[in-house]
Amino acid sequence: MSNKLKILVPVKRVIDYAIKPRINKTNTGVETKGVKFSINPFCDIALEESLRLREKTPESVESIHAVSIGPSKAQDILRTALAKGADTSTLIDVGEEPVEPLQVAKLLKKVVEDKKSNLIVLGKQAIDDDSNQTGQMLAGLLNWPQATNASKVEVKGDEVYVTREIDGGADVLKAKLPMVVSVDLRLNEPRYASLPNIMKAKKKPLEKLKLKDLGLDSIENRLKVLKVEEPPARQAGVKVENVDQLIEKLKELKAL
Amino acid sequence: MIFKRLFSVTRSLKDSLILIEGSKGQINPASLSTVSAATQIGEPITALVVDPSIAEGAAKVEGVTKVLKTGKPYEHYLSEQVSPLLKQLIDGKFTHFLISGSSVGKSILPRLGALLDVQPLSDITKVIDGKTFVRPIYAGNALATVESTDGVILASVRASAFAPAKEQDAAPIEEISAEAESGNSAEFVSEDLVTSERPELGSATRVVAGGRGLKNRETFDALIDPLAKKLNAAIGASRAAVDSGFCDNSLQVGQTGKIVAPELYIAIGISGAIQHLAGMKDAKVIVAINKDAEAPIFNVADIGLVGDLDTIVPELTEKI
Repeated sequence: MSNKLKILVPVKRVIDYAIKPRINKTNTGVETKGVKFSINPFCDIALEESLRLREKTPESVESIHAVSIGPSKAQDILRTALAKGADTSTLIDVGEEPVEPLQVAKLLKKVVEDKKSNLIVLGKQAIDDDSNQTGQMLAGLLNWPQATNASKVEVKGDEVYVTREIDGGADVLKAKLPMVVSVDLRLNEPRYASLPNIMKAKKKPLEKLKLKDLGLDSIENRLKVLKVEEPPARQAGVKVENVDQLIEKLKELKAL
Repeated sequence: MIFKRLFSVTRSLKDSLILIEGSKGQINPASLSTVSAATQIGEPITALVVDPSIAEGAAKVEGVTKVLKTGKPYEHYLSEQVSPLLKQLIDGKFTHFLISGSSVGKSILPRLGALLDVQPLSDITKVIDGKTFVRPIYAGNALATVESTDGVILASVRASAFAPAKEQDAAPIEEISAEAESGNSAEFVSEDLVTSERPELGSATRVVAGGRGLKNRETFDALIDPLAKKLNAAIGASRAAVDSGFCDNSLQVGQTGKIVAPELYIAIGISGAIQHLAGMKDAKVIVAINKDAEAPIFNVADIGLVGDLDTIVPELTEKI
């Protein structure tokens, strides 16, 4: 088997990170109507890293395939991924309902097998459900090694060296391909897609699949969301004029 | 006799298993909070340690009824090695497994979920009952109450949401034979840990945090360090400060960094973006010092002082 990288980059469409989400009236979720959606920032970093791996050693990378699981609108972020440099893409259209990480990992496993990917680069977490699970689950389902929270990725032959951000510092893991790498914020600065590339991306392959194309009837989510609420609001604080008043107030609140 | 056996079987079927993290005899404080969360579920708690040096310490954590230890340490808590061990232990014998939401916990728990075909709950902040939990979503802008329909509950625990468990008389320790291995693991190469005399950020009762307003590393060190030292506080930072190289990555507070809930949080030169607030808005008392009176940090601060931090911070350090 050749050691050329066939990289798979899973990307998620989420509410834009700069928007403060509002809880819906029925307290069952977050209002999504008329809200700006974007590619999850960590997914963008994962895509960027894949593109850089190819730019560094073009001969080592055979293909970069982007995949998204979500509503049909998620094809917008796949077009963005193609405009930035992914070769091909797949949308698994599952409708509007959220899909839990375990189910996403199971669907991704099918894509990995279909595309014969040997390196999966994905974001460490999605900023909507904040789970931080999909990459590890996919690695578990495939029984591949994993490296989470990558802040540096180096491919040397058939070995991948990953520097990880861990509590209290950093460590380095290495593994033989195939493997799963989840990326952290500081790995890189994602590029913007240029207008000519956005135009070209419209001609790149975007395969659309439904669940039944993968031999499934429905998504079996395991968690029931009983309600979604605003966190308790903090009581309005006071503004003080100077350091003496600040210290006095701190003593009053028994914080000193 | 039969009745008694049935009873003991149902009892053991409801036990909670916890992975207690630590090394060199030191238990990670986040694991103590994890035990507290498990205590709220109300079933007997078995603690697993994969580093035998912390077994005795684990036996003295209040709420722990039994400790299982492996004969030799699982170095660096590699998830490919620890997850299969956990699967073997849990299968049919435990109904709950909790782990702290540390970088180790976040790496191991989902892999274990995949092996057991269970959807884990990340970063729970409240126990409603044995199946129902509260967890923050959207960077802490919403709280979801979630009920699991899985046969086994797997969850990571947000340390700042539960007080650490206290000490008790030692529970019994049992050594287990641990052979489970995925046979397909990443290998540890090296590590680079930040040494600091300040308390650990995640468990500190006071935190002094700096942001972009400190302008450079020199001012960060000159203003933040002395104040933190005087208060015996941990040092934290916003993403802007970390990205600009004012301090180490591991000090970042926020959605993608550490989540803290100290008694006192002093935010200096931090505007208060939602991703930063996600990491500290559960602090008991928040103080904001910022020159911009419109900065969002003032919306969550108990005490706000608008002004130049170059003069305010040294004065505060001197007068406290």
